[in-house]
Amino acid sequence: MNFSDIYTVFWRDWIVLDRRLGKFILSRMVTPILYLVAFGWGLGRGIQMNNGSYLDFIVPGIVAMNAMNISFNSVASPLNMARLYYRTFEEYLIAPIGPASFVIGKILAGSLRGLLSCAVILVLAYLFGASLHINFGFLLVLGLTSLLFGAMGLIAAMRINSHEDMANFSTYFLLPMSFLCATFFSTDKLPYAIRLVIEFLPLTHATYALRKLGAGGEAPWMSIAVLLAYTVMLIGAGIWTMRHVRD
Amino acid sequence: MIIIDGLVKKYGDRTVVDNISLEIGQGETFGLLGPNGAGKTTTIRILTMLTKPTDGRIRINNWRLPEDDLQIKGTIGVVPQHLNLDIDLTARENLDLHGRLHHIPGAERHKRIEELLEYVELNERSMDMVQTFSGGMKRRLMIARALFHRPQVLFLDEPTVGLDPQVRRRLWDLVRRLNGDGITVLLTTHYIEEAENLCKRVAIMDKGKLIALNSPAALCRRLGEYVVEWNEKGSTEYRFFGARHEAVAFAGELSTDATIRRSNLEDVFVELTGRKVVGL
Repeated sequence: MNFSDIYTVFWRDWIVLDRRLGKFILSRMVTPILYLVAFGWGLGRGIQMNNGSYLDFIVPGIVAMNAMNISFNSVASPLNMARLYYRTFEEYLIAPIGPASFVIGKILAGSLRGLLSCAVILVLAYLFGASLHINFGFLLVLGLTSLLFGAMGLIAAMRINSHEDMANFSTYFLLPMSFLCATFFSTDKLPYAIRLVIEFLPLTHATYALRKLGAGGEAPWMSIAVLLAYTVMLIGAGIWTMRHVRD
Repeated sequence: MIIIDGLVKKYGDRTVVDNISLEIGQGETFGLLGPNGAGKTTTIRILTMLTKPTDGRIRINNWRLPEDDLQIKGTIGVVPQHLNLDIDLTARENLDLHGRLHHIPGAERHKRIEELLEYVELNERSMDMVQTFSGGMKRRLMIARALFHRPQVLFLDEPTVGLDPQVRRRLWDLVRRLNGDGITVLLTTHYIEEAENLCKRVAIMDKGKLIALNSPAALCRRLGEYVVEWNEKGSTEYRFFGARHEAVAFAGELSTDATIRRSNLEDVFVELTGRKVVGL
């Protein structure tokens, strides 16, 4: 692994993002505004959660879900297209750089997009009247969430051999996580078996941790440890996949 | 220099490259010919480390594959058959990215970008997005990219496919200039004229096997330097002769008009991969 190679891979994605930064930020505002209007102002106006407003309850969930979706899709879709359709991925395969450098550079670039879009949501949430404590722990959890889903996007892009199946992956994995992993409601009242499965998923821990830290609570070390374990495991799996990507 | 020994590639039960061995010398322009599906592109993909071989040994510039893959990657340039430039980047950024991936320092990188864009006559379009380029311009930029890190070996996989004749000839001139600079060129093509014009030696592949290997002239001589071509019941017939007087005598005995000409690489190609292989 070489830091200048990681930077090169990141640099390519950064100049593409930089060229479209305005459009990227604007497009990232649409979904959170809809969520905040529907669940914050509309549905959530009369609901109290954990002795606070429903808006304060769902904003950490929306932030976590957004970190997942944007980080995953920022890596998965372009890389899958680069591998199967444009074949620009081959430029990296024939370059004298190690697989770890490529994997980490791509994941960092995807995570940056995830973090930028989360920053957009946090600004909007404040404008909508939410109050959150953003500290180092909050940013750490957000960073880990972006990294792990960026890594998951990379693995999906490398393993899945059609654009249709990429869409299916999102439908079967990301969409259920969006709705089940404590984003919009507490999981306490769910049946035990379903709760067990949900507790195993990384987005649940991201939401738990952001919600607790956002409310000014102590660092939820268990959730942070789970997120860290997922991050290390998925980055490792990404490097292994990259090593074996040649047919 | 490239040494291939017993190269095999199988996908399940299907053998795509079947026990190929050949040596390509330093500074040589070598052509790999064959019909579609002969295994040319797979061979190039193995040599450029995009595909793993099933068996065989490969040495490029005295480095071994796959053990010395990073060293080999630093000394080879690749122009693939498909246009694989990054369409989200400008021409200059595509070259810059390639230079960074090959660890070329900033000042040297910028100098080479100017030089190479001029070399392939794209300097006036350097800041334009690649997606606005024509096929010929993209192909020239791909060659500039492949040359950026000054490779000792250049792999050109069907470099002129789909190009206008004028652009094709300009690319031939470019390949000749590269070869003049001492770069080893391995070229796959199914344009016979291209191989005849550019290559010192050619190998003909069919169904994954190497079925002929020599200079174009020697391959023609093996077949017969002269060919008599005539029409019979709507199909073109031809016969090869070692000497012109033999061809003239044969043509004189025919009851129909006939053409006598020198044999060419296309005759060799058709004879080996067409007539002979299909058992006519």
